[in-house]
Order: sequence, then C-alpha cells, then structure tokens
Amino acid sequence: MKKIVCLLCLSLVTSFSLIAQESVFNYKHLPSVKLKTVKGLPFISDSITNNGKPIIISFWATWCKPCVRELTTISDVYDDWVTETGVKLYAISVDDSRSMTLVGPLVNGKGWDYTVLLDPNSDFKRAMNVGPIPHTFLLNGKGEVVYQHTSFSEGDELSLIEMVRKLNKGEEIK
Amino acid sequence: MKKLIFLLSGVFGMLLSAPTGLKAQDLLKGSEVHGSMQADASYYLTDPKTGIYDTTLAGKLIRMNGFTEVNYSLGNFTAGLRFEAYLPPLTGYDLQYNGVGVPYWYASYKTDFIEITAGNFYEQFGYGMMLRTYQEWTLGYDNSLRGLRVKIMPSKGITLKGVYGVQRYYWVPYADYNRGIVKGFDADFYLNDIFKSLNDAKVKLTLGGSFVSDYQNGSTKDIPYNGKIYAMKLPENVSNYGGRFLLNIGNFSWFTEYAHKINDPSATNNYIYKNGDGLFTNLAFSKTGLGITVMSKWIDNMSYKSDRSVINNMVNINYLPSITKEHSYALASMYPYSTRPNGEVGISGTVDIHFPKNSALGGKTGLSIAANFSQVNGLKKSQVNDSTYIGQIGTLGYNSSFFGIGKDVYYQDGNIEVTKKFDKKWKGIFTYLYQTYDKDVVEGHATGTFGTIYSQIGIADVTWKITDKHTLRWEVQGLWTKQDKGDWVAGLVEFTVSPDWFVSVMDQYNYGNSSASQRLNYYTISAGYTNHSTRVALSYGRQREGIICVGGVCRFVPATNGMTLTVTSSF
Repeated sequence: MKKIVCLLCLSLVTSFSLIAQESVFNYKHLPSVKLKTVKGLPFISDSITNNGKPIIISFWATWCKPCVRELTTISDVYDDWVTETGVKLYAISVDDSRSMTLVGPLVNGKGWDYTVLLDPNSDFKRAMNVGPIPHTFLLNGKGEVVYQHTSFSEGDELSLIEMVRKLNKGEEIK
Repeated sequence: MKKLIFLLSGVFGMLLSAPTGLKAQDLLKGSEVHGSMQADASYYLTDPKTGIYDTTLAGKLIRMNGFTEVNYSLGNFTAGLRFEAYLPPLTGYDLQYNGVGVPYWYASYKTDFIEITAGNFYEQFGYGMMLRTYQEWTLGYDNSLRGLRVKIMPSKGITLKGVYGVQRYYWVPYADYNRGIVKGFDADFYLNDIFKSLNDAKVKLTLGGSFVSDYQNGSTKDIPYNGKIYAMKLPENVSNYGGRFLLNIGNFSWFTEYAHKINDPSATNNYIYKNGDGLFTNLAFSKTGLGITVMSKWIDNMSYKSDRSVINNMVNINYLPSITKEHSYALASMYPYSTRPNGEVGISGTVDIHFPKNSALGGKTGLSIAANFSQVNGLKKSQVNDSTYIGQIGTLGYNSSFFGIGKDVYYQDGNIEVTKKFDKKWKGIFTYLYQTYDKDVVEGHATGTFGTIYSQIGIADVTWKITDKHTLRWEVQGLWTKQDKGDWVAGLVEFTVSPDWFVSVMDQYNYGNSSASQRLNYYTISAGYTNHSTRVALSYGRQREGIICVGGVCRFVPATNGMTLTVTSSF
C-alpha cells in the first residue's frame, strides 16, 4: 500500500513537470541567492543578466565528467555564438569546499571564456530545483526560463544554439 | 517479478498520461511552484559468485529510494517540503532509513536587510570546519538543522548569521535531549565593499569568524568500551570557533581558515579529552591558459557531532573534506580517500595548462593538460606521560605539535590528464594515475588486515562524433596492483542520440585476482531517455562492492546483481 501511495506521489510530480508550460511552473525571474565569483567575492544571482539577450545557465562541477565535456564542447564554438547571437553563458559550479578553490584555475587552464560562479553549499542549485548535473537552463531576454535540460550528449549544443536563434527572432520555444 | 512489472508500468503510465488542462488560479497570481523528484527502484537477484544468496536478500527483492520536493514562492516569501520514501532502502543505505515521511520542511521570508527561516535549513560557515549542513541524495546523507536561522545584511559587505536547531538523524524525532542542540553565529566582512575608498583597490580582502556550540545533556555518563564500563564526566557544551581570510591580489588568491574545538570526548576519538585544531590554507594563481593551486590541511581531533555516541556519517556539525582529487572514472575511484577526522596532515598541488588552437603545442584544435599530486600522512603523536598509551580512553589522549607530520602515509596520488581534440569528429581524454592507499586506516580495519595498496591506472576515453546527433564513446581502463584484488581491466561503449537517448555497455573484469573463482566480470547494460528535465534510465548488471564518495563523505556499497530503474525530474 505504501508503495502505491509513494508511486502516486512521484507520478504526480512527474506529471507536473510535463505541464510546465502553465504559468505557476515557469521561472519568471531567478531566485535571489548569494553566490561567489571564482575569486571568492560576493555575487547575487539576480545580477545574472545580459542586456535583454538570451542567457544560458549551466550547473556543473569539476568532478562531473559530462559537465566538463559539455562546457569544453561549447567553449570551442562560444566565440562564434556570442558574435552571432549575443548569448551569454553562466557556468554555476556546485563544487563544495573540497574542490571549489580548483574551479578558477581549471577554468583558466581550459581556456573557458564563461562567467563562472561558485555555489559551494548548493543554495542556488536547490533554489533552481536542480537534481543531477549537468543541468542547463535557457532564459529569454526578459530573464524567464524557457527551456531546461538535464544530462549532456554531443550535439545537444546544436539544439541549444538553435533555440537561442529562435529567441532572437521572437519565436516561441516548445 | 510481478511487482517489478507493476512498478515499471506504473511509472511509465503516469509519464505518458500526464494531464494537460491545469490552470493557475487567480489566488496564485505572482506565485511560482517548483520542485524535483527522484526514484531509484531496484530488483535484486541472487549471485552466489559475489556472495549474494537468498538469505542475503531476505525476501526483499524490490527496494526503492525516492523523494519529491516542492517549493512555493510568492514575493519575499518561500516555503517548501521534501517527502522521502525508502521501501525498504536500497542495499548499501542504512536500514534506519526504512520508512516514509517528510524530514524537510521550511518557511522563509527575505528582504535585502534580513532573511528568516523556520524549519529545516542547510547552512555553511566559511570553509565548513565549524559548521556545514547539507544533503547528498546519492550518499543517503542529510544533516540538516531544524530550528531557526536569521541572516542580517546591515550594509553592503557585511553578513551576520545566527542558527539554532537540532540535526536530522534518520527518522528519529528530537525529544528529551536525545541529541545535541546546535547554536552558531557567523560574521563575514568584505572590506572592499564596506569602505568606499577601497572599492576599486587591486587588493581585495574578506575576513570572517564563527562560533558554534553544541549542547548535549548529561554531564556524567557510563560509557561501555572494550567490555568495560567507564563512568565519565563529559562537557555538556562543546564549542568550536575560529576565523578565516581571503586575500586577492591580481591573479593571486590566498584563503585560510583556522578552527579550534574544546575537549569533546566521543565514540569517534575514543573518548579522549584533548582539544581539537584544524587549519586549511589554499594559494592559487591563475590567468588565461594557466592555473596553479597549492593547498594544505592539518586536522587534529576535529570530529564534531551533535551526538557523541554516533560513529557513522550522521549528525556531523562540521565538514572536513579531503584535499585529494576526486576521481570519476570507475577504476580510478576504486580506492578513494576521505579525511581521517582524528588526525592527518596533507598537501596537494594542481596545475592546469591550456595550449590554444593554432599554437605550437596546441596544433589546429588546442590541447589541455592537468596534473595533480597529493599526499596525506598521519599526525606525529607522542604520549602524554609514560603510563598512558596514545589515544587511551578517558585521558588527554596524546600530545601533538602544530603541523607535526607523522611517518605513516595514508594516501598518495599522482595523476596527469591530457585532453585533446583531434579534429571535428574525434577527441580524447588520456589519464595516468598512481595511488598509494592505506586500506586499514582509510576503511577502519585493524592494522595489518589488508595493508597498503600500490596501484597504477591508465585510462583512455575517446569520443567519435558520427553525425551532429549521433556519438559513440569508448573507455578503456586498466588498474594494476600486486595487493588486494589484483589487476583489473574495464571497458565501456556508449552510444548517444542527442538530445534524448543513450545506450551503454560496461564491463569491469578482475582478471588478476589471486583467487581464480573471484576473477569475475562486472557487467552493466544501461539505456535511458531524457525529455527536457525528466530522465528515465534502466540498467541491468552486476555491481562490484566499493566505496562511493562525494566531497568528504563516503558510503560503502555491497556487491549487487539486478535491475535498477532511475527516474529524475524537475520543474
């Protein structure tokens, strides 16, 4: 009996997630949470902005192989993306005390050109209801989340930039 | 088996038949509802080769861990809760989790000046050596505080925090001082924001300090130990306090935290009355294309729990992460290190270099190299007097000096990782590691049980992008050692169709085991589907026993054989 109740609960939430087009389930603005820059200085999450252009937010960690693969893949084409669409990528590292001091050197050591922020006790991750990483959000020019995706496989970056182009043309993301 | 089919069809059925007509009500205007869920359900099979018999499974063939979290926000107000179910917990998770309930709920009000949270909360002071509460679902770890938290931001650059509460211990409700009451205060000052004249200074300085106290009832207690009963006088209030700084000058960054804990006899430190000390320092240099980090840590008797009799991972008040590198590949993480809270000294250095495309070493496509070395030794300890052996119960335990390094090497790890893109379709990551692992110390066995394991590991991870959407990835791994279970080889093939499908096959083969009957293949076949933020994965196979670590906490996982369904979703 307990199993059935539990199953129903879980399914209910899954159903919720599939009707996420409805308004109460949309992020109309980002939660305000204290983050840190890679140098350890304060940064509030509502300062994640891009002058009315689309924003990509990617949750990652230094120990997460698919996360690093995703950011490395995008890094190869990031210059072109920025020039073409004006998009900006914020990479939110959820590395805790164990590895957060390695984030800055790794980002430089990989030659990544993103705005990288630290979320050492996962406060922002929790506020954005992120489970397993990598988890990527796409925000439109108004700062509303229009798409999110968990996990990474090669080629995902192509559908992501395609959606950014659609946003710039004023088309809807489904 | 019928149960499993029922479970599977239930979950898939719900996924496919989701209603679509729900409209937000007017009273919810301006509010948002978000949440996440995860369910891991396993169907276990017997596997005599790995020691799993009917008696091991005890009839509990289907097990499930699951949670659902829902958060509601309206303006400055947020509230939420998490429902958890362990029916019964998956193998490797503590059986005390068995059951269902709502272990986490809160309501919070926040302005630019103040934030008040009632209920459960996760909080961290500085680096965490004095206080950190957090949750790690894959480890079954949750030490959240339930009580009250107040944060005040009186002016730009100043944050003051106060916490007051009791920690989660599985499903055991707090009653009648059955565990400690934790109180804490933390102040953080970013001087460049506080003083206008420093706003644009090249030198940036942050200072912070914390005070944490744990009240445990009972000043005298009978402690059973090695078949004897010791009547002990115990400190009811145990405080842990210290300070930290972060200094940034140009491309350099230097962080240090120091903590001092008063005497805190506990099951972890063998009920000794010694004070505790901890120091962590980290120096980093980075500029485009180059990053260098050197860190060091000294931990002396720093276990700090809100119940002194608990020896497992629960009710930790502070956080003592390891400074060794956290490896992700299967064989590289076979012998993971975690901090010995009773005492260790460690050092770690990391270099990251990127040679950009069209440079001499980078070639047409660029090249990245990361190298890391770390070593952790025991503390140098001496007897407090001739008649007291080191660590003797009810005594001061031992003498130690500041950063006194002992001879015993607990762990050593040297590794180098090369990431190379060959052309638009091919890229690879190549890793070499060697590890020295004192299995007795790290896993808590009696000295001489397993001894120290010296291993060398090589890994090739190659990706072939067949088309824009289809990718094939291989991993070939080898681990060579003369100790423990001997040599291993592992292979993985993964096929992904962006953005939704994946199939993978993995095998780990213990071909070098000295016992011929234990030269086993540990194979896993997995497939999964991702739709936006919902992911469903099914895997079947034999899992080797091992240790899973995230951050500073590890969990032992016994060998299993069977099928696992994982569903995660967020909205």
